[in-house]
Amino acid sequence: MSIQRNDWSLQRKGIIDQERHKDRVKEAIRKNLGSIVSNEAIILSDGKRTVKVPIKALDEYKFRFNYQKAKHVGQGDGKTRVGDVIGRESRPGAGNGSGPAGQDAGADYYEAEVNIDEIAALIFEDLQLPYLEEKAKKAVQSRKTQFNEIRRTGVIANLDKRRMILENIRRNAREGKARFGDIKKEDLRFKTWEEVMRYESNAVVIAMIDVSGSMGEFKKYIARSFYFWMVRFLRTKYDNVEIVFISHHTEAREVSEEQFFTQGESGGTVVSSAYQLALDVIKQRYRPSDWNIYPFHFSDGDNYYSDNEEAVKLADELIATCNLFGYGEIGEEGSSSYRRSSGALLSIFSDRLQNKDRFVGVRIDDKEDVYPALKQFFGTRGVETPA
Amino acid sequence: MEDREIKELEQAVEQIWEVARGFGLDPYPTNFEIVPATVMYEVGSYALPGRYSHWTFGKAYHRMKTMYDFGLSKIYEVVINTNPSYGFLLETNSPTQNKMVIAHVLGHVDFFKNNTYFSKTNRRMVESVSTHAQRMMEYEFKYGRKTVERFLDSVLAIEEHIDPYFFIKREVSIAEEKRRQEYRRKDGPYDDLWLLDQRNQGKAQTDGDGANETDKAPRERLPEKDLLFYVMKNSPTLAPWQRDAIAMVHEEMEYFVPQMQTKIMNEGWASIWHARIMRELDLSDNEHIEFANLHSGVVSPQKGQLNPYYLGYKIYEDIERRWNEPSPEEREKFGRSGNEGREKIFEVRELENDVSFLRNYLTEELCEELDLFVFELIEEEEWTITEKRWERVRDQLVANMTNFGFPYLQVEDGDYNGNRELYLKHLYESTELDMRYARKALEHVHALWGRPVHLETVVDDEPTVLHFNGTEHAED
Repeated sequence: MSIQRNDWSLQRKGIIDQERHKDRVKEAIRKNLGSIVSNEAIILSDGKRTVKVPIKALDEYKFRFNYQKAKHVGQGDGKTRVGDVIGRESRPGAGNGSGPAGQDAGADYYEAEVNIDEIAALIFEDLQLPYLEEKAKKAVQSRKTQFNEIRRTGVIANLDKRRMILENIRRNAREGKARFGDIKKEDLRFKTWEEVMRYESNAVVIAMIDVSGSMGEFKKYIARSFYFWMVRFLRTKYDNVEIVFISHHTEAREVSEEQFFTQGESGGTVVSSAYQLALDVIKQRYRPSDWNIYPFHFSDGDNYYSDNEEAVKLADELIATCNLFGYGEIGEEGSSSYRRSSGALLSIFSDRLQNKDRFVGVRIDDKEDVYPALKQFFGTRGVETPA
Repeated sequence: MEDREIKELEQAVEQIWEVARGFGLDPYPTNFEIVPATVMYEVGSYALPGRYSHWTFGKAYHRMKTMYDFGLSKIYEVVINTNPSYGFLLETNSPTQNKMVIAHVLGHVDFFKNNTYFSKTNRRMVESVSTHAQRMMEYEFKYGRKTVERFLDSVLAIEEHIDPYFFIKREVSIAEEKRRQEYRRKDGPYDDLWLLDQRNQGKAQTDGDGANETDKAPRERLPEKDLLFYVMKNSPTLAPWQRDAIAMVHEEMEYFVPQMQTKIMNEGWASIWHARIMRELDLSDNEHIEFANLHSGVVSPQKGQLNPYYLGYKIYEDIERRWNEPSPEEREKFGRSGNEGREKIFEVRELENDVSFLRNYLTEELCEELDLFVFELIEEEEWTITEKRWERVRDQLVANMTNFGFPYLQVEDGDYNGNRELYLKHLYESTELDMRYARKALEHVHALWGRPVHLETVVDDEPTVLHFNGTEHAED
């Protein structure tokens, strides 16, 4: 029998394994980026830094009973009777009537607390502005010091010990004994630095969105989540990108970022109006010789039939002036991608556009398609092919 | 904590020990260790100090620690069943809390030492798990952390499916291992040369035997309850290090199973003795009030749920009362002479586990007094009390405790379809499996077995077999 009190300050096992758990969470997030990218909690986060996201991969699966189909024994306060209701089951997925609620009733997914910046870093890892070219007008982006030279003289704090030892051994070897020791002044080597300027080309992204009556909740949400990440991506990775927001139904107008993300409108769809406005904006403010230009357009493809001709023509014109033209067509929720294609703009574009190598068209039918769309628009060129 | 307080605590331990012995408790010598919260939660989440690393422990640790940091829950005490035993005291405990915890721990240690379900328990388990941890680390070094971790994910998915009476099998198994050793040919690179003569002589015999060991899973002794053991022995796909890792997990589960089988009894026992020991101590008024608060916190009923501490506590008290003052009927029918209460509860703590404890000693009066009931989900919406007849309530409770609350699975065939497929059967007793989990767990079994796996169960009163062949699920 004894009482002891030891020093446990070096005990770290729990913390180490907690790190392992965190690694698993990270890995699961990476695997589930598709569903996380379009998760409401993030898109509607309103500037919150961390959000809770359900992650299926982190359950510890076992053979276990279905809790809801099992009988349990409980204890009351002495007055319970048969027929008393002691609790209610909350219905999972109720409320935001989006999509067929999962059949796994009561599936208790592990909810991981994620930092939006961390997720963004994961998503943006291999995204870039494609076909970025050096344009005449350059902007200074950053000034950086880089250690990139070795000299025989310098500040003692910058002594490069490894090189010094090598030089010493080398000199000793020349004198007949390859060993380390007896350091002389001529063995010393110092790291020195240089100031490096990084230049970056100017770029402008023209974000166009269809706000016509046929763009329902789901479609608007999809377009919004795409642009949410796009804007974030551009602002994190490039200091020097301008973004022009254009919304359209039968007419197009340039709007503020806030309007772009919040407004709802109705009416028909004349796609060419947006393209025309984009071309005007380019002409007035962003000369192609000075700017890399990236127009993106999201629509459900339900264009007025009579406008298709004009839309194709203007799209071709846009492609000719810009680095890449991205078009995302959003389908009905849950419909398969080949269900409705006739008459929709995407198939017309892929049939009739003259200049297709700088055109990327994707179809989005599901929330999970947003991430692949991002990758297609901003992925490394030469690998992906347009859908 | 100051030295003076430690001195006082040491005196308290001596005193509590004497009081406990006076009551007839017979614990192993116990060392108490005062630890900070981080260590407390670490030991709590691993259940034993120094176990191998796995992210699930980290997850449990993180959860416990967070609950503690937010003040939502607190562990006062952790006890390790070894000889000598270890009790961990949280450094922020008050002196009264510590005294109560020490008394409680001695109750547990007495139970560990004397309950028959612990009679085969390895009492040097802390050493064993640390050698396991060492070996697991070597495997991580050799085969990669990820590989080992993924593999353990699968093993842990079925870790509860072991046979509590495995020690019987082990003896058979040791004998078998000896027999096999005699046939083992390759120890060093050239050692098989020595055996050339023997091999030619005994060719037919050894080949026959070898085929049984490696190509075909033996069908004798099926069905097999110990899924973990069966997979370890007979999986067509596992590498030696993987079998060793399963053996380690198995050994650790063998250690934990008696604790899983006696949760209510063990907690009830410790609670009844901490209460009695504390009453014998010379406490000041303030200490008395603090103790009363703590004690009622431990053994209070929680609305809707069952508190194992409280249930166990009440049953022991009831047994003691009934054997101390038997009714005239009991005197006549069962020949109880009275005043045998103490003796009886010591007998119960020696012989029973939770299932038999409840089945034998949960009475009608107790069910009524505790207001126990059966509840279930009606129309997927309302949790409703559906049964209050005491025998039904008792039987439901016993059913839920059976196989420590896990579905009872057994291996039916390790050579199903004549194709080395694994066929498991869930012995269905009116409660369905969680199908989403079952499918995922089956994937883990497949990872261990390497060939198609099947699980027979019952869904919506229909016999159903789940299949998983490595790429897709099917059922019929």
